[in-house]
Amino acid sequence: MRLAVLSGKGGAGKTLLAVNLAAAAGHAAYVDCDVEEPNGRLFLKPEAVTSQPVHTLLPAFDAQQCTGCRRCVDFCRFNALIYIRQVPKVFPEVCHSCGGCQLVCPVGAIRETPRSIGHLELGKRKDIRVVTGVLDPGEASGVPIINAALGSVRDFDGLTVVDCPPGSACSVMESIQDADYCLCVAEPTAFGFHNFCMVQELCSLLGKRCGVVINKMDAPYEPLESFCRDHDLPILARIPYDPHIAALAAQGQLLCEADASMAQQFRRILTAIGGVQP
Amino acid sequence: MKIAIPLDENQTEVCVTFGRAPYFLFAEDGKQEILENPAAQAQGGAGIKAAQFLVDQGAQVLLTVRCGQNANEVFQAAGLKVYQTQGADAQENVSAFMEGKLAELTHFHAGFHGIQ
Repeated sequence: MRLAVLSGKGGAGKTLLAVNLAAAAGHAAYVDCDVEEPNGRLFLKPEAVTSQPVHTLLPAFDAQQCTGCRRCVDFCRFNALIYIRQVPKVFPEVCHSCGGCQLVCPVGAIRETPRSIGHLELGKRKDIRVVTGVLDPGEASGVPIINAALGSVRDFDGLTVVDCPPGSACSVMESIQDADYCLCVAEPTAFGFHNFCMVQELCSLLGKRCGVVINKMDAPYEPLESFCRDHDLPILARIPYDPHIAALAAQGQLLCEADASMAQQFRRILTAIGGVQP
Repeated sequence: MKIAIPLDENQTEVCVTFGRAPYFLFAEDGKQEILENPAAQAQGGAGIKAAQFLVDQGAQVLLTVRCGQNANEVFQAAGLKVYQTQGADAQENVSAFMEGKLAELTHFHAGFHGIQ
């Protein structure tokens, strides 16, 4: 089963849930798709880590062969190419590496060349495979890294927990695309609820099964509660707003290893969504 | 010298955005022409496409409220100079430029990346 954990708002508790669910499952893969700020590794502390570069493709032009027909410029729907003073040029951060320019060039003057944009860290903690996607600073899109990270566990037979990036844009869509279940972590605040609604809408557009964990809860936030009732969204757990939990997380500890009752709670979430047998 | 200005829907006022302006005014030696911006509805890279359009039209100067870094890269490659408009009226800006009253634009913003 592939379980995606997302929240919209940053700091709602995606990583807290994702690392603890992977740890509670025991035999699992944890994939950190929050490639701009991957921090699941701080909790899981994987060992025997190997690094693997991730490349994206970028067109390179052979100025000798280019006839200036501009078919590539006209073809590019992202407008990543220009032709100025008889010189073709690409804007790397706008290019989506679709390869179309190479296909339409009638004289073969374009060749796609790899460009490094980040790397994967592959390691293990006991029986948990830990994959961390890391995007180089300054790069515009983490989608190729997310693709590579998810691809590295495609053959995995156990529970895969995908720790999604914040927001509800392309990188989140990429992260939940193959998910069997989307776990939305909601903060019971106006801001948290607003962003929760955005990711919930995305999940339902993609036809995903969804459940909710309310994190940092002190009192019920009525708009969130009634939204879940009206949309038949199961609230799988309510994690209290508790300094004890915050302290354990700040120390980089796994709640399910440090606190037996929390461990039970994470097991119950997994059982409820069918991630492990009861 | 061919001058280009991004225009609003009303075709008389300077549009506050460059890449997605609905029209461009081209002014040269007293002759003027208004053309639709082919990049106005672009999914992405609107500034780049609009900049390529201006260069292809033979513009040598752009008068605009603001302009992004990517478009400016195109202009630098083409040797097109960018000046900052003053006030909303496009014609007044053409006059102001001819009288040397407009300053070159020095700040170029990063992309909006779909944020409206």
